[in-house]
Amino acid sequence: MASEGGHGPETSGDYISHHLQNLQVCKADSGEWVWNHCAGNPLAINVDSMFWSVLLGLIFVLLFRNVAKKTSQDKPGRWQAVVEIIVEFVDSSVKDTFQGKSRLIAPLGLTVFVWVFLMNLMDLIPVDWIPALSKLAGIEYMKVVPTTDVNVTFGMSISVFFLIIFYTIKNKGITGFIGELTLHPIAPPTKGLGLIAAPFIIAFNFILESVALLAKPVSLSLRLFGNMFAGELIFILIAILGLYQLPLHFGWAVFHVLIVTLQAFIFMMLTIVYLSLASETH
Amino acid sequence: MDINLTLIGQSIAMIVFVWFCMKYIWPPVLEAIETRQKQIEDGLAAADRGQERLVQARAEADEVVDEARRQATTILDQANARAIEIVADGKADGSKERERQLTAATAEIEQEANRAREELRGQVSAIAIAGAEKILNREIDATQHEDILGKLAKEL
Repeated sequence: MASEGGHGPETSGDYISHHLQNLQVCKADSGEWVWNHCAGNPLAINVDSMFWSVLLGLIFVLLFRNVAKKTSQDKPGRWQAVVEIIVEFVDSSVKDTFQGKSRLIAPLGLTVFVWVFLMNLMDLIPVDWIPALSKLAGIEYMKVVPTTDVNVTFGMSISVFFLIIFYTIKNKGITGFIGELTLHPIAPPTKGLGLIAAPFIIAFNFILESVALLAKPVSLSLRLFGNMFAGELIFILIAILGLYQLPLHFGWAVFHVLIVTLQAFIFMMLTIVYLSLASETH
Repeated sequence: MDINLTLIGQSIAMIVFVWFCMKYIWPPVLEAIETRQKQIEDGLAAADRGQERLVQARAEADEVVDEARRQATTILDQANARAIEIVADGKADGSKERERQLTAATAEIEQEANRAREELRGQVSAIAIAGAEKILNREIDATQHEDILGKLAKEL
């Protein structure tokens, strides 16, 4: 593809990095809003990621709300059947893992699952279609798969992270939360000469447990990001091949359908598992 | 690939979507599912109950038929016994009637015979008187009287 048009990026490297560039907007030092000169600016916004993720989120919300509004017992429509299958699937996953009662976790799981699935699904649209269209509309960069943007996956996993902390404190109290961070895995001695060693053990526990706690959102987001980014990259690499890309693209797309679904499921499942661990009382 | 404000934006978007889902999507859909599950459960239970009731009804029907059959047999037996009894009664009545009629006929015959005898006696007396008159009229010898008397005696 890269070699076909005269108007596109010149080399394969340019083509790839062009595809991996987000459409960004930020406030420059001069005080003006500028497009695409935001490298390293922490206040930049990836407009394409936000646009597509919000659009897909809206599709999810409106579609499901539309079904939820007119659920019928006697004559369930096709959409209702689909929605009920998904909801029941999420509900049973939650019930298998999460023993407590929570009004939040199941809807959270549903939202995460469908939303991430839809965002991942954008990967199956041939890599050049939307960027080419947006180029015609005068938009230079367009990355259509929000989950290949590390900001998006981190944005979600950090929300989950705060929910983990919130649920831990809610169910075990602030002392329980601190205790969980400091009294595991080695219980500090409480009497005798061992008291001298206790602060070190607590510090050791704290470091260990903090890493374990922080690893949850990091692994959650990087897993999704890594899978989707790698998949996207391979689609881009296949797209460079010219005519040979067709069978390869098809093969990879078929395989990717699996990854798309699996990653959405894993993200949902881990969210539920983390939150159920947080709510578990010993 | 650097971290920037998108992260916050995405978090906010997620919170909004999750809130919306929790508020407006999850409850009605789950309620619909649970209502349907309840309906299916109830339907199956009703079907089970129906099945049970059917079996019960069949047993009851069998019982009723058996009872009817038993009753019919009893009735039949009774009827047979009654018929035999009636026939026996009839026979007894018949023989009694015959006896009665026979007795009546015998009595009548006897009566008739008596009457005939009486009549005959009357006639014999008349004949004797007539013979006596004839004897008196002729007034002939005793041998002849004897003769006539002998004849009369024979006639008696």
